[in-house]
Amino acid sequence: ECRLGGSAKRSYSITSCASVFQVNVRDALNQAMDEELERDERVFLLGEEVAQYDGAYKVSRGLWKKYGDKRIIDTPITEMGFAGIAVGAAFAGLRPICEFMTWNFSMQAIDQVINSAAKTYYMSAGFQTVPIVFRGPNGSSAGVAAQHSQCFAAWYGHCPGLKVVSPWNSEDARGLLKAAIRDDNPVVFLENEMMYGVPFELSEEMMHKDFVIPIGKAKVERQGTHITLVSHSRCVGFCLDAAAVLAKEGVECEVVNLRTIRPLDVDTIEASVMKTGNLVTVEGGWPQYGVGAEICARIMEGPAFNYLDAPAVRVTGVDIPMPYAKILEDHSVPQIKDIIFSVKKVLNM
Amino acid sequence: MGAQAVSEGTRMVVSARSFADFTPQASFPIKKCDLHRLEEGPSDEALLTREQGLQYYRTMQTVRRMELKADQLYKQKIIRGFCHLYDGQEACAMGIEAGINPTDHLITAYRAHGYTFTRGVAVREILAELTGRRGGVAKGKGGSMHMYAKNFYGGNGIVGAQVPLGAGVALACQYQGNNQVCVTLYGDGAANQGQIFESFNMAALWKLPCIFICENNKFGMGTSVERSSASTDYYKRGDYIPGLKVDGMDVLCVREAIRFAADYCRAGKGPIVMELETYRYHGHSMSDPGVSYRTREEIQEVRTKNDPISMLKERMLSNNMSSVEELKEIDLEIRKVIEDAAQYAISDPEPSLDELCNHIYARDPPMEVRGTNPWVKLKSVS
Repeated sequence: ECRLGGSAKRSYSITSCASVFQVNVRDALNQAMDEELERDERVFLLGEEVAQYDGAYKVSRGLWKKYGDKRIIDTPITEMGFAGIAVGAAFAGLRPICEFMTWNFSMQAIDQVINSAAKTYYMSAGFQTVPIVFRGPNGSSAGVAAQHSQCFAAWYGHCPGLKVVSPWNSEDARGLLKAAIRDDNPVVFLENEMMYGVPFELSEEMMHKDFVIPIGKAKVERQGTHITLVSHSRCVGFCLDAAAVLAKEGVECEVVNLRTIRPLDVDTIEASVMKTGNLVTVEGGWPQYGVGAEICARIMEGPAFNYLDAPAVRVTGVDIPMPYAKILEDHSVPQIKDIIFSVKKVLNM
Repeated sequence: MGAQAVSEGTRMVVSARSFADFTPQASFPIKKCDLHRLEEGPSDEALLTREQGLQYYRTMQTVRRMELKADQLYKQKIIRGFCHLYDGQEACAMGIEAGINPTDHLITAYRAHGYTFTRGVAVREILAELTGRRGGVAKGKGGSMHMYAKNFYGGNGIVGAQVPLGAGVALACQYQGNNQVCVTLYGDGAANQGQIFESFNMAALWKLPCIFICENNKFGMGTSVERSSASTDYYKRGDYIPGLKVDGMDVLCVREAIRFAADYCRAGKGPIVMELETYRYHGHSMSDPGVSYRTREEIQEVRTKNDPISMLKERMLSNNMSSVEELKEIDLEIRKVIEDAAQYAISDPEPSLDELCNHIYARDPPMEVRGTNPWVKLKSVS
C-alpha cells in the first residue's frame, strides 16, 4: 500500500510503495550526511548557514537540531579561513564536511583546497592524510547571473591529489556522498542546485545505510548502438531526454553518466565508443580546457580512436559569462535541441 | 660519578658529568613582556636547571650548526631550490618546545628546519630531505618546506595559509577534548594576511586552544616591518584577543611565555597571540645575501650583543652551571652528528623512479598515472 508523501511534519519527504522510495536529491544528500554523522563521531559539518538556517538550500535541514553545535557549525563569511580550518581539523584526525554555499565562493579558498588539501599526502610522502569533503552547488542555476553560475569541474578536475565527484540523480548523490565521506582523501563534491528538488526512485538496497557508489566509476544509464553521449550532473538528464527524442527517429544513443570527474573512468567511455563509433560530450561548463576537451583528448590517445567514424564533438555552455535575462540565460547553456542537433551532425543526418 | 639523563624535546641522552660543585639550578630575571588585554603576564623570573640548560644549549647549537651546514651544502649546489635558514632564531623553536608537551601540536611556515628538529626529526633525515634523497623525512618528495612529523604539520609554502590550518588543528583538540593546544606560527610578513584575521575571528568566537605566534624577525623577505605594516605591534593585531610581546632571543623568556599561553588556552579561555622579537642572520633565503635592505653592522651587532646561544652560554658559565670544557665537548659531539648527517645526506641515493607517482591517494588500490606522453603509463600506490 502506498503512502503519499509531501507531509509537512516529516523532516524529509519519502514515499514508499513496495520497496521503492521517492527521494529528491536534496533529501538524498541530507540522509547521507545524517547517516555518516551517526556512523562516525569524527565526521562534522561546517559552513555558512548550515546549522540554524538548516542550510542555504536546506540540504542540512534538521542536522543541527539532531547533532548540535559541536558537529554542525555555522561559520562567518570567511571562506579562506574556514576552509583552512577544515583542512587543519582533517590533519589532526577529524573528518570534516566543508560546505561552500556555492562553488563560486570556493575561489576565495582555492589555495586551501589545492595547496593544503590536495597536495599534502604527496608532499609528505604518505605521512599526512587529509580526509575532507568539500561540497556545495556547482554550475548554473536560474537567474543568478555571472558571478554565481560558474562550473568548476574542469578547475578542480585538473589537480592531482583531489577526487572530484559530480552526481546527477538521488542514487548518485546518496552513494557518492557516503563514499566521499568515508574516503580518506580530499574530495570535491559538485552538486547542482537545479537538481535538489528533483525526485528519483531509490530501491531498498540503495536506502541501506552502507550503500556506497565507488568513486572513479562511470555508469551507463542507457544502452545504445549508434552514438555515445558522455555527460555529468544535470546534463545527464538532458542527454536521456535527447536520447528519447532521437530514438523515435531510429537513433539509439548510449548515455554515460561520468559520476566522477577525477579520476576519470576512461575505460567505460572507451568501451562505449568502441561499440558505437561516435562520441558527443555534454557539459554545462565552458568549452576551453573543459571536461569534454579532456575526454576527446583521451579518446584520441587511446584505442577507441580507431573506432571513431567521425570526429568527437563537445556540447558545452556558451563561452561567455552567464547573462541575467532569461532569454539570454536559456541560450547560454546546452539545451536538449543542441544535443540532438550535434548528434545528427556527427551522424551526418 | 656519572649521571645519564634523557632530556625532553630532543630525545637524546645527555651525559652529565656532574662534579660536586656545578650549580644544579638557578633563577634568572627575564625581560617583562608587553601585555595586551591581559592583567598579568608570565613570570619575570625563570628557573633553569643544569639539565635543562644543557639540553637547550645542545638543541639550539644543533639547529645552528645544521643550518650552517645546509648553507654550505647549498653553495656546493648539493641542496637546490628554496632554502630558508633559521640561524639566529633558535631560541624561539627551543623555548616553545620547552614550554609545551610532545602531545601538543605545532605548525609553521617555510623557515621550518629548526621546528622540524625540535619536533623530533633527526638531523640526518632533515638534511637528506634537503638534498632530495630517499632517506629524507619526506622521502625526498617534499623538500625544505614540506617536512612533517607526529603533531607537526610542516613546513608550509604559502604565506599565511598555515594559520587557518593551525586553528583547525586547535578545533580538533577542542572537539576531541584532549586538553592539547596548537602552536600556530607566522612571520611579520605574513601578519597582514587576511586569512590570519579570519582565523583570529573564528578562534576567538569558538574559544579554540590556539596559540598564534608571530615570529617577528623585522623583515618580510626584503621589506622591513615599517614598510609593510601600518601597525607593527603584532602582539596587538589580534585586537580582541589578548597578546604578549616576548624577547625571542632569550630562550627562557620564550619558555615562560609559552607556558603562560598554554595554560591560558588549556583553561578554556580561548586563543592568545604572542609576538616573538627575533632576528635571522641569513637573508630571506639562500638566494638573498640579506644586505641590500639592512646593514652588515646591524647583523654583526645582533651577533655580538644578542645571540641566543651566547646568551644562554654566558648565563650558565657565570652561574657555574657548566664549564667551558663541557660546552666545548657538547659542541664537538654536535659537530660529529652534523658531519655524519651531512655525509648521509650526500651519499644516500635519490628516490627510485618507482616512487614518482606514489602517494597521490591514501588507502586506495594501485592506479595508473599518465606519464609525459600517452605511451608512458606509470603506477601509483598509496
